[in-house]
Amino acid sequence: MKHLIDITDLSLNELDDLLKLAEDIIRNRNKYSEVCKGKKLATLFYEPSTRTRLSFEAAMMELGGNVLGFSSASSSSVSKGESVADTALVVSKYADIIAMRHPKEGAPYVASLYSEVPVINAGDGGHNHPTQTLTDLLTIRETKGRLDNLTVGFCGDLKFGRTVHSLIKSLARYENISFVLISPPELVVPDYIKDEVLKKSDIPFREVLNIEDAIADLDILYMTRVQKERFFNEADYIRLKDTYILTLDKLANAKPDMKILHPLPRVNEIAQEVDSDPRAVYFDQVEYGKFVREALIMTLLGLSA
Amino acid sequence: MINVDSIERGIVLDHIKAGKALSIYRALELDKLDCSVAVIINVKSVKMGNKDIIKINDRIDINLDVLGYLDPNITVNIIEDEHSIEKKKLHLPDRIVNVAVCKNPRCITSIEPELDHVFRLADATKGIYRCIYCDALPKRK
Repeated sequence: MKHLIDITDLSLNELDDLLKLAEDIIRNRNKYSEVCKGKKLATLFYEPSTRTRLSFEAAMMELGGNVLGFSSASSSSVSKGESVADTALVVSKYADIIAMRHPKEGAPYVASLYSEVPVINAGDGGHNHPTQTLTDLLTIRETKGRLDNLTVGFCGDLKFGRTVHSLIKSLARYENISFVLISPPELVVPDYIKDEVLKKSDIPFREVLNIEDAIADLDILYMTRVQKERFFNEADYIRLKDTYILTLDKLANAKPDMKILHPLPRVNEIAQEVDSDPRAVYFDQVEYGKFVREALIMTLLGLSA
Repeated sequence: MINVDSIERGIVLDHIKAGKALSIYRALELDKLDCSVAVIINVKSVKMGNKDIIKINDRIDINLDVLGYLDPNITVNIIEDEHSIEKKKLHLPDRIVNVAVCKNPRCITSIEPELDHVFRLADATKGIYRCIYCDALPKRK
């Protein structure tokens, strides 16, 4: 593995190794505290995403490495018209590894073609966000103890939600997975995911309108935010943003060991009363994200403790 | 019936879907050739009902990837001494470069014009191509 652009770039074995490494980091943090000493991570964030950037930076710091970079396009040479290819090549002369977030789809892939060091896609528009998927997979594995034999529900914006698409593609590779897709008709999973991932591999899935219609079957409920920046029309956003809100009432029929995930930030799609429910693991998920990024940085740099 | 002379040495593109010859002509940039080119439209065909044919009066290098992407059912006949000496079957190429364009406004190609527009074959049974950068479907140039 030289770069991580799309989660499906990883074989199941590579994925398994990464998650195992992350789990070892969780349990033996001191062992890894100087693994990246003398190494530099460049965070090239062409659009603001404070929590993803902080997660990468915290990960590198916990491994004993250093960070440099920019957090918006206006504070970088892109404002002078530099191409992604040139920026990637130049930065790869300074840093040992790059994490790039960009509003345009495919920008990190372009960077990986020109960079002399590993490039991690830290989110490219509405397209891919592989480290969020790694985070989700580690969270499921740590909280459920497995990645197979699961019924996974996705709720909210399943059309523009890239985290949903990536996680579906990843979980579809494990045994005995079924999906329940809960969304308004305007925000259903795109046909290409259904045709080229689910139907192609005969993976069972059903589409429902209401959380209550599916909740009793689920091992995992993955909630998503209806993101304003993915809409061209503000009126559509306002009409749909409050459609699916998870409350304790709606959890009444859920399995006691179901887990609720959310890529965060949440707006109001999960009521605060749910936070103290033992099934809510979305704040633990944030920390798993940091650990899995540590494992990824180490793997791409070819380092071990 | 219109008679078009046979060619002595060159290439005949046969079994083109009726009405598509001109788009093939443009895609292969046959207008830039010095030799004569015959574009025959709506020829009766036992196999296809109607078809188009293009005759090129020279042995030029045809981009078979472009042709395979546009219509993998076209037959390419190589002609020498007025006889077909080779028939090339086409297939869907794994990648096409600058044959189609990505129209996704969110794709990196929308703001970086120097990037090649590259599509990979995502589904060989359905002949579906997707942009290597953003996974969008292609639009013909």
